Amino acid sequence: MRFEASEEQAQIRDMVRSLARKEFAPKAAQIDEEGRYPEENLKRLAELGLLGMLVPASHGGSETGTVAYAIALAEVAGGCASTAVGMAVTNMVGEGIHRFGSEEQRSRFLPALASGTVTGAFALTEPSAGSDAFGISTVALRDGDAYVLNGSKVFITNGSRAGVTIVMAVTEKEPKKRISAFLVLPGMPGFSVGKPEHKMGLKGSDTVSLSFGDCRVPKRNLLGAEGEGFPIAMTILDGGRIGIASQSVGIARAALDAATSYARERRQFGEPIASFQAIQGMLADSATELDAAELLALRAAYRKDAGAPFTREASVAKVFASEAAYRACHRSVQIFGGYGYIREYPVERHLRDIKVTSIYEGTSEIQRIIIARNLLGQGRR
Amino acid sequence: MVFDLTEEQRMIQEMTRNFAQKEVLPKAAELDETGRFPEELVRQMAELGLMGVAVPEGYGGAGMDNICYAIAMEEISRACASTAVILSVNNSLACDPILKFGSEEQKKKVLVPLASGRHLGCFGLTEPGAGSDAGSQKTTAVRNGDHYVVNGTKNFITNAPQADTCILFTMTDKEKKHKGITSFILDMKTDGVTVGKNEKKMGITASATASIILEDVRIPVENRLANEGDGFKVAMHTLDGGRIGIASQAIGIARASLEDALAYAKERKQFGQPIANFQAIQWMLADMATEIDAARLLTYRAAWLKDRNVRHSKESSMAKLYASEAAMRASVKGIQIHGGYGYIKEYPAERHFRDAKITEIYEGTSEIQRLVIASALLKD
Ligand SMILES: Cc1cc2nc3c(=O)[nH]c(=O)nc-3n(C[C@H](O)[C@H](O)[C@H](O)COP(=O)(O)OP(=O)(O)OC[C@H]3O[C@@H](n4cnc5c(N)ncnc54)[C@H](O)[C@@H]3O)c2cc1C
Ligand SMILES: Cc1cc2nc3c(=O)[nH]c(=O)nc-3n(C[C@H](O)[C@H](O)[C@H](O)COP(=O)(O)OP(=O)(O)OC[C@H]3O[C@@H](n4cnc5c(N)ncnc54)[C@H](O)[C@@H]3O)c2cc1C
Repeated sequence: MRFEASEEQAQIRDMVRSLARKEFAPKAAQIDEEGRYPEENLKRLAELGLLGMLVPASHGGSETGTVAYAIALAEVAGGCASTAVGMAVTNMVGEGIHRFGSEEQRSRFLPALASGTVTGAFALTEPSAGSDAFGISTVALRDGDAYVLNGSKVFITNGSRAGVTIVMAVTEKEPKKRISAFLVLPGMPGFSVGKPEHKMGLKGSDTVSLSFGDCRVPKRNLLGAEGEGFPIAMTILDGGRIGIASQSVGIARAALDAATSYARERRQFGEPIASFQAIQGMLADSATELDAAELLALRAAYRKDAGAPFTREASVAKVFASEAAYRACHRSVQIFGGYGYIREYPVERHLRDIKVTSIYEGTSEIQRIIIARNLLGQGRR
Repeated sequence: MVFDLTEEQRMIQEMTRNFAQKEVLPKAAELDETGRFPEELVRQMAELGLMGVAVPEGYGGAGMDNICYAIAMEEISRACASTAVILSVNNSLACDPILKFGSEEQKKKVLVPLASGRHLGCFGLTEPGAGSDAGSQKTTAVRNGDHYVVNGTKNFITNAPQADTCILFTMTDKEKKHKGITSFILDMKTDGVTVGKNEKKMGITASATASIILEDVRIPVENRLANEGDGFKVAMHTLDGGRIGIASQAIGIARASLEDALAYAKERKQFGQPIANFQAIQWMLADMATEIDAARLLTYRAAWLKDRNVRHSKESSMAKLYASEAAMRASVKGIQIHGGYGYIKEYPAERHFRDAKITEIYEGTSEIQRLVIASALLKD
């Protein structure tokens, strides 16, 4: 065991930390207030190679590996959570295409995704199929050299901006292999984007519904083999969960840092509130739980890089990190007292932002089911 | 022990529940979104006698007990937490101290319009440097013949922009620390009183929260509430009652979270069945319901003690502490049960969560409630 970052990982961390603190954090309140997509932040990430971290250099990526990716994502999230989720999804889509795509698809999409000229989106969820992802009903019927898609998706991050969206749809009625994955591009006839959702937090991120009305997708845009869509989606989400765990840690660390400096400065009863055990206890609990969360996320990332099974580890990291991060953000608001409840300070935003981490890419309940099935010898390994 | 509501308590429950469901609930999302002060609802609540529930009829109130007040607060909060806090400030923080500490003349002149809802009250204790440490007041009041001259700044004052009357706390003798605090009944139209801008908040957005700036404000001696130096006692007594109101607010918000989540869980299907079939969901619902019942009993006990004029600081703090933290737990579960739909404004779950958080902060943070409870324990 070794608990320090490699030189490259440390360099990435330092670079991203200073970027997030200097450029992203100062604008985060305004992005939240206006619900504005942080386009310029994503552009900066692209310039630094941070949108193709899981894509090989041969296809334009920076190929840093998942540990470095987890580290970078946490730093970005500490500056601006909305920017982080945009970054996470584009990286995830790049990795998915790299892993499951044909050579032609790789060269068509990966350099564009990694360089930020194209944004990625991942569309699985439907109005009546969220946790029950296998129960989706968007259909894709084969018609000559194309598939014709009909149906709709909801809550799709990056959905209105994406240059390529991985869309899960039903191709076969055969129970186990009913789903296939498609690469859908804007401008394909019959593909349209709904209006943005009005959310509690993460307001700068783009969350929209998508609909497909006789949308023709050329056969060459089938990702992986027909019928392989569900395992592809689950594999992509296993990796995605490491990203969400890291995002959680990053948001909560920002909240903890803000609360720590506030506790040092704010005086009541003639002393800094940091001198009260009640405050010390909250700070200590948050620090302890966030360290544990970070280690769980990095362990999952490490196993993924090492080619070891990591489904359970990714779910453990995601459920623990998102819930610990919620507790830490909640405590941070509490440490600010009345000032924690107003927009002038960042912690109320952190609390609104963090809640989604225990919902998307599989709710906490779903993570627990995955972990338990795995323990019971019933799940994927 | 009797755990039934009295006839009167049942009546007010039914009346406020109907009113809240019909008039308040349909407006709650709009109020949250726009942050508009619900003037028309305040007027309607005044007509129903809710602005001075536990104030005797002779002073313009409804002449009911404090359990009735707790019930009314819960029902209004179930529909809209912003509207409810406007109500609680008027009842607990403006009417109650005048009823307890005011002179007969003050009651006639100021309490009657407040309790009947013709006027609206606010409570000016917190300052930028004096939140939890309310005893370290910097606002000064200097006696000058038949009046006091007041200078200072209050912040986070609920109802400040709309209020006609403020129960104001000042320092008249700095040497004596909290024993040098004096309270006043301030007419908000007095020269030298300015209200700052409305704070942008995470929740209870339709309740205004603003600072009050006091520059050479002249308050006549007859508007002093209780004696010089009694202000801290007035504030603490008032908050003992206020915390019953906030506990009830928290219970109302928690109930909203539970009722909305329950309805959603029965309807929403995943894996071919209502999600209410899954133990993970059932456990959350069960915990929410259990904690709401416990919170309500703690709150009614404190209200019952208050009606009997028994010291109830510890019991009020327990009620407020437990209810506010239970509301926070319930509201986060409410979001979780809604899945992704809990995170968007189309459903009320996220509003309940944003509203619940304030109950752990105002009228004494959870840490301060624990200090009150512990110091009572350590004294016994
Ligand atoms: C801001 C945001 C961004 C998103 N981005 C994307 C995206 O880019 N792509 C995408 O495809 N999706 C995305 N989603 C969708 C997200 O992944 C789903 O919301 C999530 O999977 C939950 O599905 P649901 O909302 O339908 O909730 P439901 O599945 O209806 O769940 C409701 C409740 O039931 C529980 N539940 C469900 N089944 C079970 C069970 N078997 N046992 C116990 N409990 C159960 C859940 O845990 C939850 O508490 C996003 C969502 C949000 C809010
Ligand atoms: C929406 C809103 C409405 C409000 N309405 C009113 C109103 O109408 N009238 C009014 O007078 N005030 C009002 N307040 C003010 C509110 O009562 C104060 O915010 C609250 O008392 C906390 O004070 P503070 O914000 O200064 O926090 P601080 O006192 O600075 O507290 C910061 C943190 O330190 C902790 N802490 C402080 N002292 C101790 C200690 N000794 N031991 C352990 N922990 C400690 C606190 O618990 C908190 O976690 C309102 C506030 C808000 C946000």
